[in-house]
Amino acid sequence: MSLSYSCNGHICENLLVMDSFVRFLKEREQEQLIKILSFLFYIFRHDDLKEMLDSNKDSLKLEAMKRIVAMIARGKNASDLFPAVVKNVACKNIEVKKLVYVYLVRYAEEQQDLALLSISTFQRGLKDPNQLIRASALRVLSSIRVTIIVPIMMLAIKEAASDMSPYVRKTAAHAIPKLHSLDPEQKDQLIEVIEKLLADKTTLVAGSVVMAFEEVCPDRIDLIHKNYRKLCNLLIDVEEWGQVVIINMLTRYARTQFLNPNVNVSITHMCEKKRKPYVMDPDHRLLLRNTKPLLQSRNAAVVMAVAQLYFHLAPKAEVGIIAKALGMFEPYLKSFYIRSTDPTQIKILKLEVLTNLANEANISTILREFQTYIKSMDKDFVAASIQAIGRCATNIGEVRDTCLNGLVQLLSNRDELVVAESVVVIKKLLQMQPEQHSDIIKHMAKLIDNIQVPMARASILWLIGEYCEHVPKIAPDVLRKMAKSFTNEEDIVKLQIINLAAKLYLTNSKQTKLLTQYVLNLAKYDQNYDIRDRARFIRQLIVPTDKSGALNKYAKKLFLALKPAPVLESPFKDRDHFQLGSLSHLLNAKAAGYQELPDWPESAPDPSVRNVEVKDSVCAERTVLTGPEGAGVLLLQTTRGSSNIASGSDESGSGSESEESREETESEEEEEDEEEEKKKRKKLDKTKAKKQAEESAERCAIHTIHQIRTIAPSGSIKMYELLHRITGEGLAVEYCFSRQPFSPDPNMVAVQIQFTNNTNSETKNLHIEDPRLQSGMRIREFAEIGLQPTGESVTVVMGIDFCDSTQAANFQLCTHTRKFFVSIQPPVGELMTPTFLTENNFKKEQGERTSAHSRFNTHSCPTDCSFSSKHLSFFSSYVVVTPPPPPSAPVYRFAGKTVSSGCLVLVTVTTKEGGGAQLTVNCEKMVIGTMLVKDILQALSQ
Amino acid sequence: MIHSLFLINNAGDLFLEKHWKSVISRSVCDYFFEAREKAVEPDNVPPVIRTPHHYLINIYREKIFFVSVIQTEVPPLFVIEFLHRVAETFQDYFGECSETTIKDNVVIVYELLEEMLDNGFPLATESNILKELIRPPTILRSMVNTITGSSNVGETLPTGQLSNIPWRRAGVKYTNNEAYFDVVEEIDAILDKSGTTVFAEIQGVIDACVKLSGMPDLTLSFMNPRLLDDVSFHPCVRYKRWESERVISFIPPDGNFQLMSYHISAQNLVAIPIYVKQNISFFETGSSGRLDIAVGPKQTMGKTVECLVVTVHMPKVVLSANLSATQGTYNYDPVTKILLWDIGKLNPQKLPNLKGSLSLQSGAPKPEENPSLNIDLKIQQLAISGLKVNRLDMYGEKYKPFKGVKYVTKAGKFQQRLSEWLLVHTEV
Repeated sequence: MSLSYSCNGHICENLLVMDSFVRFLKEREQEQLIKILSFLFYIFRHDDLKEMLDSNKDSLKLEAMKRIVAMIARGKNASDLFPAVVKNVACKNIEVKKLVYVYLVRYAEEQQDLALLSISTFQRGLKDPNQLIRASALRVLSSIRVTIIVPIMMLAIKEAASDMSPYVRKTAAHAIPKLHSLDPEQKDQLIEVIEKLLADKTTLVAGSVVMAFEEVCPDRIDLIHKNYRKLCNLLIDVEEWGQVVIINMLTRYARTQFLNPNVNVSITHMCEKKRKPYVMDPDHRLLLRNTKPLLQSRNAAVVMAVAQLYFHLAPKAEVGIIAKALGMFEPYLKSFYIRSTDPTQIKILKLEVLTNLANEANISTILREFQTYIKSMDKDFVAASIQAIGRCATNIGEVRDTCLNGLVQLLSNRDELVVAESVVVIKKLLQMQPEQHSDIIKHMAKLIDNIQVPMARASILWLIGEYCEHVPKIAPDVLRKMAKSFTNEEDIVKLQIINLAAKLYLTNSKQTKLLTQYVLNLAKYDQNYDIRDRARFIRQLIVPTDKSGALNKYAKKLFLALKPAPVLESPFKDRDHFQLGSLSHLLNAKAAGYQELPDWPESAPDPSVRNVEVKDSVCAERTVLTGPEGAGVLLLQTTRGSSNIASGSDESGSGSESEESREETESEEEEEDEEEEKKKRKKLDKTKAKKQAEESAERCAIHTIHQIRTIAPSGSIKMYELLHRITGEGLAVEYCFSRQPFSPDPNMVAVQIQFTNNTNSETKNLHIEDPRLQSGMRIREFAEIGLQPTGESVTVVMGIDFCDSTQAANFQLCTHTRKFFVSIQPPVGELMTPTFLTENNFKKEQGERTSAHSRFNTHSCPTDCSFSSKHLSFFSSYVVVTPPPPPSAPVYRFAGKTVSSGCLVLVTVTTKEGGGAQLTVNCEKMVIGTMLVKDILQALSQ
Repeated sequence: MIHSLFLINNAGDLFLEKHWKSVISRSVCDYFFEAREKAVEPDNVPPVIRTPHHYLINIYREKIFFVSVIQTEVPPLFVIEFLHRVAETFQDYFGECSETTIKDNVVIVYELLEEMLDNGFPLATESNILKELIRPPTILRSMVNTITGSSNVGETLPTGQLSNIPWRRAGVKYTNNEAYFDVVEEIDAILDKSGTTVFAEIQGVIDACVKLSGMPDLTLSFMNPRLLDDVSFHPCVRYKRWESERVISFIPPDGNFQLMSYHISAQNLVAIPIYVKQNISFFETGSSGRLDIAVGPKQTMGKTVECLVVTVHMPKVVLSANLSATQGTYNYDPVTKILLWDIGKLNPQKLPNLKGSLSLQSGAPKPEENPSLNIDLKIQQLAISGLKVNRLDMYGEKYKPFKGVKYVTKAGKFQQRLSEWLLVHTEV
């Protein structure tokens, strides 16, 4: 039979082999042909594309680029076109250019040398007047992952970070993480750029720079302090993606800076000592308040971000607004009912929610709902539903019997999975009250004949073994059956058979001794060593021999000890240590780059770190701009304005100069709220730069407002005494003219008052009362100081409109116990504020004043030799004016205007050959003018 | 953040890839394919898949899987929301978001993806801004462009980027100024076997199509704003005014957009427009069953129910159905086990009915699991919640716009259960 078969088969086989071989050859040939053809086509096609790229018609280039991009999109390799494509990087057609960019970013990494050819184009692009081109040049430059250009990238990012277009600055923020991932060694420099951009006040930049912060230096929360309030206030206007990033970052920030609002509840009654009552930091409140409206965002990620912020930061009572964590989901119970069309993962999550919401009041509704789920066609979901019923049964005693009965009914289900899952759950439930349920155990014992799922079989065997005393007749019979099928069982079942045998041996050795020995012998030669080990171990433990030790006596106790009932646990347990809504939270495993949410601090760090010097609160700067270049135009105008001033009448002011001053203007505007120290340092640098600029402009004497500001606070400001320590009974009060604009009212002079409490007790309710002023004068009081502890100083700012006179402002300074009469009289120089004029304007104004009425006496200056720097420092510290022009310049001009009425004050100092100088003051206000001349002369002669 | 994006169709073909950082081999998608295989239904693919070095976050929309590759911690919803925005942008640009349109417009798609993300972080996602950067294709323009070689790409920064209303482009001009609002409500409901409501709620959206010149400032008010329970708005809506006055005040984007969405919860009684009487039973012997479904109007507020479709997911053992319908057509797909009965308009005088027999796999036991029944319908000129727009006012512009409001109610996830009590009849 087999022979004839093989004979016949042989012939057939041969034929078949021949046939298939021929076919194979043919196919191969064809394949080869196709390969060759396609290869030719490939070369040809690419030649075609190269030709198109080399043509001088934009339409052909565009068509070629479109085809290449389509290849990239499909994942086809187009890298051999690199040289042909890179040539077009400077193409005039913007769409071609953009597609070349797409190509470059894709392949630059592979063709680093060739990619370098394109760099100069981008460098040129970075200087383009069109902000979109500047931005996209930076985008591409920073996306080319070629290490050699790291220094170029760094420079470009730094420059773009102070670009006048916020869009370019945003692009700079985006470029920071790119460079960081390319070369982590640049981190320190990049952090400086991040610090600078964090201070940016536009909403456009905020989200992107926080993103860069999160990727580069998420642990540097100290950089956030000064920007915290600004970020909170800008938040609502930031685009939605930025909102998510900022909210997540601020959540972390808040956890390091504020106190746990819920700590009182849990800790105070445990600690004996009295705690200070909890008061929420206003900044903490600010964050909660400003994020709340975002719950109405259309973007689910934003809503989730706010929700997690409230979950992690809000007092318990307020968490409710984010939809009701904990018991608060209860009214929404029915929203979690499951439809058969829901995706499986949604079903499982809904089931979890329903199970957690179950309580005595709603359990019957929930159980009824669960029953419908058991009939679902989705088997995984059915299994999960059965487990959920089990959990409800363990959690809520009242329904345990109902659930158990229902589950037992499922044991006759045709679907084995349903039965198996039920067995497992029933086993756990029975452990709670086994004595009442011997009928169920009997029922389960019968199932062993039919159920094949190993886990279920194991569960039944364990149950019978554990409660063998409740089923004394059935148990040995089950063991008999199991001994028969032992070798065919799964490992978990085998272990439970051994277990059952051991327990029966201990309780009913008469009937089961032989069976047990048989099972143990089978197990001894099992393939699995766990089972062999177990058999050996159990034999030693239960079968008494002369060698067996003391344990033998306790075997029964060991095996048949009362076991605690298992707790049915949620599969979603133990994930609360991750920040809600994060990827790590979802996976319940730490993802790369996950930032731990810190624990609340024991005591709050200094809240004053968030104080910002600028008094007016930050407001969104974004204004509606018309014209194509928007902000650019506006900024350029101011730029031009200031550079004109810097170069004064000098017509030959070169381009590089105006460039320089543009940068200064930019940065000066931005740094206003930086720390005082830094400010000084930077400003000094700037002054130097300015000086150089002025040297080239020979006769420049008029200075920009920026310079004036730079000098005014740095000179030694004179402090005056308002209240002596002795008259004030321990309260010393000094004041000075801060020479800063008084922001609530520009027509007032800012007076900075410093209170020092030298008494042994606190001073309370410091405020001003009963001001007695000359007509027209006005006063703006400082906000009342509630409490001033012993030994501390407090500084406040008040505004006084002196009506351009040197009359004193009188008022009472009141504490909670005393009143003091005090008065402030301004030196004339403090009544004016610097302004800037071009030289021509200065001369024109001066001419008008002269010809009008208030021409002043010309005093010959008593100083010898040239107008020394000493005198100039006097000018800067006293009359609010400017730093010196170079010693060679014979004429100095200073311009200011009075604070109250804005009337111009022009001061001219002309130095004469051989020493001496002439001082002229032009002002409409006679009194001011004379007093100023007198004061200046007096000061100069000192 | 988002490292790469792969678009994969239902058949498992990867037809587009885009990388925002260094290139990730498309073999990473094998993990996705594995999960896809396991899930059987495309909806059941887990949204986040973990691989040894990456995380894949995906959405399934319009029969396309948008699979994004993530390497570091990021809120998953952030990515999911962004992917939906990508799909919506394609829809907005090409009329529909499908494999064909994406393949046909692959260059524009690529340009869009390039603008939408920079280094994996969203850059420009507002439709109005994107449209200034990359013009949507029209037949005329693509013809002109082929001839002249001019481009679809804007040369200047969209004005919106720098303004405090980034969603609106500047210089909008129309000869006919019109503003249309569609109030669309969907009923999500679960009914039990007898038709009693187990749970019902309304998900509503107001879609707008605003073509108004200049910078119009609109205010939309409702007759009964208190109905709205849980609202979310397009960024153009001023939250404060809603909080204090319950009016929707906004400067609209140009073109189509979703103004707001809302939710009317189960606490308010939700009207159920139709009833379904059904009887699906299987015989213990003979491998067959019987089906009888009848549909009738319930609370329709006097309006006509249209586009009525009943879908039944049958147990696996049902091989075929031999039925007759008094109205509409039916189709049973033996592969997906879905019975679809397309009824059309519901005529209250002559109620539609579908009945007949089902044949099962021979020898198979009577199925234990219950079929479920889904209903699709549409009612024009009715917002089932009773929500009514009171008026629309325009400020800031002189002309008189043409205004229109349309209402429509649809069935959302509208399901009737065919299951019975289980635990009550305990026999043990």
